[in-house]
Amino acid sequence: MGFTLFYLSLIVLLPIGALLWRVSELSWSDFWKEALSDRALAAYRLTFGASLSAAMINAVFGALLAWVLTRYEFPGRRLVDALVDFPFALPTAVAGLTLANLFAENGWLGRHLVPLGIQGAYTPLGVIIALTFVGLPFMVRTLQPVLSSMERDVEEAAASLGAGRWRTFTRVIAPMMLPPMITGFALAFARAIGEYGSIVFISGNLPYRTEIAPYLIVTRLEEYNYLGAMAMAVVLLGVSFVLLALVNTIERWAGRFQE
Amino acid sequence: MAGYVKSQIQTPRRSLRRSTDEPAWVRWALTALAMAFAGVFLFLPLANVFAQALSLGWQYYQESIAHPHTLAAIRLTLLIAAICVPLNCLFGLAAAWAIAKFEFRGKSLLTALIDLPFSVSPVVSGLMIVVLFGAQGFLGEWLRERGIQIVFSIPGMVLATVFVTFPFVARELIPLMQAAGSDQEQAALTLGASGWRTFWHVTLPSVKWGLLYGIILCNARAMGEFGAVSVVSSHIAGLTDTLPLRVEKLYNEYNAAGAFAVASLLALLALATLVIKTWLEWRVAREEQLAQQGPMLSAGDIAGNSVEK
Repeated sequence: MGFTLFYLSLIVLLPIGALLWRVSELSWSDFWKEALSDRALAAYRLTFGASLSAAMINAVFGALLAWVLTRYEFPGRRLVDALVDFPFALPTAVAGLTLANLFAENGWLGRHLVPLGIQGAYTPLGVIIALTFVGLPFMVRTLQPVLSSMERDVEEAAASLGAGRWRTFTRVIAPMMLPPMITGFALAFARAIGEYGSIVFISGNLPYRTEIAPYLIVTRLEEYNYLGAMAMAVVLLGVSFVLLALVNTIERWAGRFQE
Repeated sequence: MAGYVKSQIQTPRRSLRRSTDEPAWVRWALTALAMAFAGVFLFLPLANVFAQALSLGWQYYQESIAHPHTLAAIRLTLLIAAICVPLNCLFGLAAAWAIAKFEFRGKSLLTALIDLPFSVSPVVSGLMIVVLFGAQGFLGEWLRERGIQIVFSIPGMVLATVFVTFPFVARELIPLMQAAGSDQEQAALTLGASGWRTFWHVTLPSVKWGLLYGIILCNARAMGEFGAVSVVSSHIAGLTDTLPLRVEKLYNEYNAAGAFAVASLLALLALATLVIKTWLEWRVAREEQLAQQGPMLSAGDIAGNSVEK
């Protein structure tokens, strides 16, 4: 017990406390000047915008993947099911490297996409691609247990009452899928906001255009602008805490809903 | 007559079963679409790593990996993992033990705090270590006087990795230990076993798969961490470069095949992690099945043996 608290404070609370303490020494105007500079605002916009887009893509395709994996039987299902965790197990640097290469002009996918005008590498679209990859397991793995524990009785009841398959889906299945989808969405979004490794390789990191907030923090640090780095870090930290609280609230709400 | 009644009963039942399935073409379309998505976002990135790594031939691949700086990076990565994983494993056991077996105030707060590092950006985690131990940081002056270098050297990288991989083991063990309850431990203690012995022979075996699961996830992250380590490292080749940092450096030197060769090692690590993870899940599922079937089987053996054979 004592060891737990000691180790927790040493490893987790002390560093966070140090950061917050240092930032609290700043005056408000200094803090806002650093945290909300034009370049920082552009970086937040990209980070949040791309994270939202990626989470939405995952909400659609991740849900589809979870549905197909739990409901249908087809050759290779187990392999795909095991591979869903691949983005989680793969070091982010490798993910960024291989995705950048795939979507670059001479890559396997870029070769066909770039002539069509779809620039995957070194564009904001690249950031969305990397974040979709990184967030995929969160959506699928949150939905799967709910889908597989869903009782078929309810669907049978709906069908026997004359509802078509589409109506059963929209009125019966979709409402049950919604709470885990919101959780998965929030988890993927939260992960995407802090993501760094995979994006460094694919985005090109152009200020005001393809530069994400974590990258700008590193740049500030390399310029020895510690205040700028810390101010932006606190903004990111605040957003992730709010998201964490949100996820907990949703889960509690969904739990009560199920009981 | 009997046949007529039977078919009357069976026909609606069959159509009812079908009514909870989608039409075949919808099933095929959905499966195809999902597999296309999985192909682009799961299969291709994986296959591409190995294809690019070997794009300049097997010889070049071997040379890239046998490069002294790469070998040094492998050693450093293994060293960091060898420190972080046991530390967080020990903590995970202690934290799960404290949370599952005792009642105290602020328990949910403690659980939330354990998960905290997951929601902090890796870059911010690294920055915190710099703020705490760096030259301008809180302990910077004190450390400098004593000639201890933490930031921009290996101790800082270890600390950053410990922070990032902190929750993995604990969060696997907490639900397991909570579900197991403390009855068995109390029984062991009543029978005269010491606390330590109870832990080794009762608690640990009951959570061993969960523990292993947490350890491989923790290890995968410890070896693959990029952002946090990148902020704290001094990026000196052969000295403070881990494998992911080495990948970045080779890539920035326009040595794509070399970068992919090193990256393929990390991809193999990810694949090994997935294989062990899948195997563990399969084992746990089978054990649960056996535990459920166990009593029924023995009862069935007595009653149904002659009927079956």
